[in-house]
Amino acid sequence: MVLGRSFEDMCAQMYYRGKMFGFVHLYNGQEAVSTGFIKLLKQTDFVTSTYRDHVHALSKGVPARQVMAELFGKSTGCCRGQGGSMHMFSAEHGLLGGFAFIGEGIPVAVGAAFTSKYKREVLKEEGDMPVSIAFFGDGTANNGQFFECLNMAQLWKLPVIFVVENNLWAIGMSHYRSTSDPEIWKKGPAFGMASAHVDGMDVLKVREVAKEAVERARRGDGPTLIECETYRFRGHSLADPDELRAPAEKAHYAARDPIVALKKYLLDNEIATEAELKSIEKKIDEVVEDAVEFADASPLPGRSQLLENVFADPKGFGIGPDGRYRCEDPGFTAGTAQV
Amino acid sequence: MVRRRFSFGLVSRLSSPIYGRSPCSGGIWTPCLGQKRSFMTAKDLVESEEPEKKVTNRINMFSAINQALHTVLDSDPKSYVFGEDVGFGGVFRCTTALRDKFGRHRVFNTPLCEQAIVGFGIGLASMGNRAIAEIQFADYIFPALDQIVNEAAKYRYRSGNLFNCGGLTVRAPYGAVGHGGHYHSQSPEAFFCHVPGIKVVIPRSPSQAKGLLLASIRDPNPVVFFEPKWLYRLAVEEVPVDDYTLPLSSAEVMRKGSDITLVGWGAQLAIMEEACDEVSKLGISCELIDLRTLIPWDKELVEDSVNKTGRLLVSHEAPVTGGFGAEIAASITNSCFLRLQAPVSRVCGLDTPFPLVFEPFYMPTKNKELQTLGL
Repeated sequence: MVLGRSFEDMCAQMYYRGKMFGFVHLYNGQEAVSTGFIKLLKQTDFVTSTYRDHVHALSKGVPARQVMAELFGKSTGCCRGQGGSMHMFSAEHGLLGGFAFIGEGIPVAVGAAFTSKYKREVLKEEGDMPVSIAFFGDGTANNGQFFECLNMAQLWKLPVIFVVENNLWAIGMSHYRSTSDPEIWKKGPAFGMASAHVDGMDVLKVREVAKEAVERARRGDGPTLIECETYRFRGHSLADPDELRAPAEKAHYAARDPIVALKKYLLDNEIATEAELKSIEKKIDEVVEDAVEFADASPLPGRSQLLENVFADPKGFGIGPDGRYRCEDPGFTAGTAQV
Repeated sequence: MVRRRFSFGLVSRLSSPIYGRSPCSGGIWTPCLGQKRSFMTAKDLVESEEPEKKVTNRINMFSAINQALHTVLDSDPKSYVFGEDVGFGGVFRCTTALRDKFGRHRVFNTPLCEQAIVGFGIGLASMGNRAIAEIQFADYIFPALDQIVNEAAKYRYRSGNLFNCGGLTVRAPYGAVGHGGHYHSQSPEAFFCHVPGIKVVIPRSPSQAKGLLLASIRDPNPVVFFEPKWLYRLAVEEVPVDDYTLPLSSAEVMRKGSDITLVGWGAQLAIMEEACDEVSKLGISCELIDLRTLIPWDKELVEDSVNKTGRLLVSHEAPVTGGFGAEIAASITNSCFLRLQAPVSRVCGLDTPFPLVFEPFYMPTKNKELQTLGL
């Protein structure tokens, strides 16, 4: 959680210094959900996320260096600089993507869950059934794709967990003003699905509920819908002035900061000392600093990467009539549009 | 300093008397990293009218669109503006102050469901209302593509004119913005140009945006109105404060020329204008045409121009294969074949998904235009 928070704060700094650009959405305040769920998963399990995916990537095990390099658009990033902030992918760690478009990740997680089930039950592969988790927000819970996937997942009893990070706001639209029944977890039983609502600011409670859901999925007993009540401390994105939310609401949730709460719990129950926690924070700071240095020092991707991976053939269609990469033709990339 | 020029439409439209007069059409600025450049305005076409001093305000594109929406909601009590986040003004501020003035029952937020936003808009329109639906980014319009293609475009046709959804206008910001990446920069106009039954309109400047939007909303057919998001704040010009419309399906000659015809729309015109300026120093005279309405497009005007110049270059941000430039190229080749002195060229985006860091290489830049013009 501390890694997530420090990382996001560093992102904001880098953005305002001009090191990264584009649409960046930070996860401050919601760390308990990411940690609570993803830390229970194995490397073979799958996660799909939204555009607010930096911390999901970090929790799933993608090195901070790679995530930071991806944000800077460098070739050492997890997607070689192609995706940027909103599209973190990692085949090694089972991160099936951040998605800029809301709701698009949910069917992908359902497909991954189907594969897990098929491999285990039909192809009789050994090992634990890999579980898929789809993270999405409260706004997405009003989208057609969400309902279609709830139905499919329950119908075929797929090992997928739908996690709604209900932070009450979809950019500027309040959840209560856009949803006929604001209690999202109630939508699960309509499909015959097990559902739960949990306080998303308390990592231990989230972990408890997550454990049950993951076990249900691994047993083959089907999907779960979990609504986590959480809050984002910053605006929707770094370009959002965040003027619409009432200060009282923000203060209420700031008081329930998951990191502060866990720290208090650890100290009160003497599970860790102040010094140990401080040393963890110091280590994390070093990791984040190192990530920034690495990203800074990394090279930008070569121009030929623009034409790669459009199709399966690595050279795509980017081969000109003379049989060479079209982008090697000096006239081709003679553009001087400034960004 | 503002240089005045007579509207070029007068000369090029001698063979098309139906176009007659056009109200004050704006000029164009250059989104050169935030600089506001002075630009040329086209004066009113017909001088036999009393020269009317129009009251104008110097505003940007989102303010012009905002004014148009205010005008519509003022004049028609059965008009509604809805979409994601329109209540507080929208992420591009186009709907500022509408809710305060007209109330939550006429200006309201919808949940996050593009397919339902447009489908619901079709329902409203078929009941005789003016439904102005906003899709937050044109990249998100694809879930609504089904409703637009299968329902909106065919409503009047398949009901034998018993019902129609002409009151529907779908507004969406489109196009590159410098840092948008894959899902905030696409130009999907070509998908819609393939659908008989709807109109696709793209303005190039604030004054054009206000006039074309008012015309689109009042047009008795469903219209998809793409607004170049790069120009929302960057484009600033004098926009008449009153209610005026610009004709749909009418292209505009922005710059008269005799050597080559250039056709484009939206933000791309600024790039093309820069290219025209450069080649004019070498004595090549370019005729620059803003298509304004993509379907049904003003074939006659473009044909007249190509018959005059003998060469055509089409430019757009969308990928070249299957872009709307292909339709223009095929059509003009068919009608002006014997007059053409060179094949029709297209300077467009590359055939890749819209890239993130590679945007400068993907875009049809001024240098690419110059290269194609033969320099």
